[in-house]
Amino acid sequence: MDNILEVQHISKKFAGHTVIKDLNFGVREGDFFSILGPSGCGKTTLLRMIAGFLEPTSGKVIIRGEDMSGIPPNKRPVNIVFQSLALFPMMNVKENVAFGLRRRKFTNKEIDEKVFSMLSRVGLEDYGNKAVTQLSGGQRQRVAIARSLVLGPSILLLDEPLGALDRKLREHMKIELKLLQAELGTTFIYITHDQSEALVMSNKVAVMNSGNFDQLDTPKNLYKFPATSFVAGFVGETNKFDISTQKTENNMMNITTKKGWKLEKRFFEDEEHNFLFIRPESIILKPDDKLKDVSRFMIKVKTILFDGSNTKISAYTKVGDERILIALPQNARFENIAVGDEMEAAVHHNDLKCYKE
Amino acid sequence: MSKIKWGFYIFLIPVLLWLFLLIVFPHIDLFVNSFRSQNNLGDSIWSLANYKAFFSDSVYWYTFVRTAVYSILVTFLTFIVTFPVAFYITKVVSVKFSGFLALLLLMPFWVGELVSVYGWMILLRESGIINFFLLKMGIIDTPLKMLYNDISMIIGLVYMSMLFMIVPIMSSLEGMDDSLIEAASDLGASKFTIIRKIVIPHAAPGIVSGSIVVFMLVLGDYLTPDLLGGKNALWFTEQIYNEFIASFNWNEGAAFGFLLLALSTSIIWLALKITNQSFEKAVS
Repeated sequence: MDNILEVQHISKKFAGHTVIKDLNFGVREGDFFSILGPSGCGKTTLLRMIAGFLEPTSGKVIIRGEDMSGIPPNKRPVNIVFQSLALFPMMNVKENVAFGLRRRKFTNKEIDEKVFSMLSRVGLEDYGNKAVTQLSGGQRQRVAIARSLVLGPSILLLDEPLGALDRKLREHMKIELKLLQAELGTTFIYITHDQSEALVMSNKVAVMNSGNFDQLDTPKNLYKFPATSFVAGFVGETNKFDISTQKTENNMMNITTKKGWKLEKRFFEDEEHNFLFIRPESIILKPDDKLKDVSRFMIKVKTILFDGSNTKISAYTKVGDERILIALPQNARFENIAVGDEMEAAVHHNDLKCYKE
Repeated sequence: MSKIKWGFYIFLIPVLLWLFLLIVFPHIDLFVNSFRSQNNLGDSIWSLANYKAFFSDSVYWYTFVRTAVYSILVTFLTFIVTFPVAFYITKVVSVKFSGFLALLLLMPFWVGELVSVYGWMILLRESGIINFFLLKMGIIDTPLKMLYNDISMIIGLVYMSMLFMIVPIMSSLEGMDDSLIEAASDLGASKFTIIRKIVIPHAAPGIVSGSIVVFMLVLGDYLTPDLLGGKNALWFTEQIYNEFIASFNWNEGAAFGFLLLALSTSIIWLALKITNQSFEKAVS
């Protein structure tokens, strides 16, 4: 019994429309488990079934070996942090955090102690008597998390809690959440449509696509070895091309895109492919002549998209005129690249990811 | 600059006219009247006789207290009856259906108070619909006397007040995030606790403004207590009516009117203090 949560062949239908299709997975104790998917893929439905707000049409949710069927949300050992946070506006910070404890009939003294230690853990020990409306976005965030964590749940469910924050604060909260989780050791199940949130914080990420998981893996594997074209396109930035023809001879696969760009790839792959993905950072500009196992091509720089360390260039291939996004390494060698420049570029054979559908 | 000011005054004048001609001046006149009475020679003099009369005659006192207690009771009952309905319309049914239900709530008010009250009389009287069916089904042998008592009066008053309670409660519940309820449930609260700790505090401004309106309307209502309560109703407005119309004692009537105003104001003030609510929040 390693898994704290077991989801067994779960399905959910709304008015004949299937939202979750026979989903089956487990979450290990202490994991930061993210479910990543576009809006409408069913991830919130899945979370609500784990929390108990929805009953699955078929299948089981098992928490710590106990079947949760028919158990209402107020009796389950899980707590949820809502997208809107749902802090109680008529109570101050302390009362918000104490709400769940009061329902569990702790004595006032115990409640005071637990609330104080939880608030200090999230760095809000001086804010106990403030109204929740007086807090900043990040502070409200932390109150919502503290309110759930103070009950010591087996699993904490988080429904896109960073969605409403501005970019800077979101970046900050990402790191803080990860640290908090590592410190507490509570299992987190985190729902998001933001791939960077999922990749940065989690040790396991499930990519969800129309009611099912396309891939469940570590963030690194997800990024490096996407199992499907959906994962390749959804996780991280990438260039996508339609393949029109693919010929294999002498262990070399010759790929031609719809617009006529030609590439080759070693390693024999028997399957017919339709899509080609290349990550912007896997393209090598001005490659060394001695570099092996690469596919070389000429490009012409169209525009430079300056964004600090994340600067990219948008270029066109000389053959086929395919538009391609290339990450620009921030070192002196590439500082003088200007619009209109032509140069050689290359991609490792391993970095050419081909998919059937 | 001057144009904006003109516009402001054009809209302000009707408001001021309405306020002063229909409310402030008549009340000043009544207030003055309430302190005047006639001496033995029939001359009009300043006196406190009208107020003394109220305090010396126990029937006035009794009616006064009774009206206050029943008005509070009716306000409370109206809240008990309408709160689940308001919750159901705003939070349970779909948006499409809730508009239709709100319309149903409005319908009794298209016919006016008098017709609604006669509707209740048709239902409750001895030869009325309820007695007819009870007799037919053999549950009772002789018709029940359901009309002209305190219960029928309270039924009528609650019925007439429902809309004024439900609309403010609905509007304050509509502004409530549904996830607050889910969050409370997730944190282990039972349904009863959620209603008591989350829903009612959130709807408090609506409940307060609804209660103020209902309380004042019931306290000052004349028609419903008179028609449904019968001769025993003893509603304070009936005393005022008697002084003005039957006894033609305008001075006494004016004094009673001001006592009623003082009563309603002090009860509302007290209720706001006890429940720790602010008037500004409720009316805004």
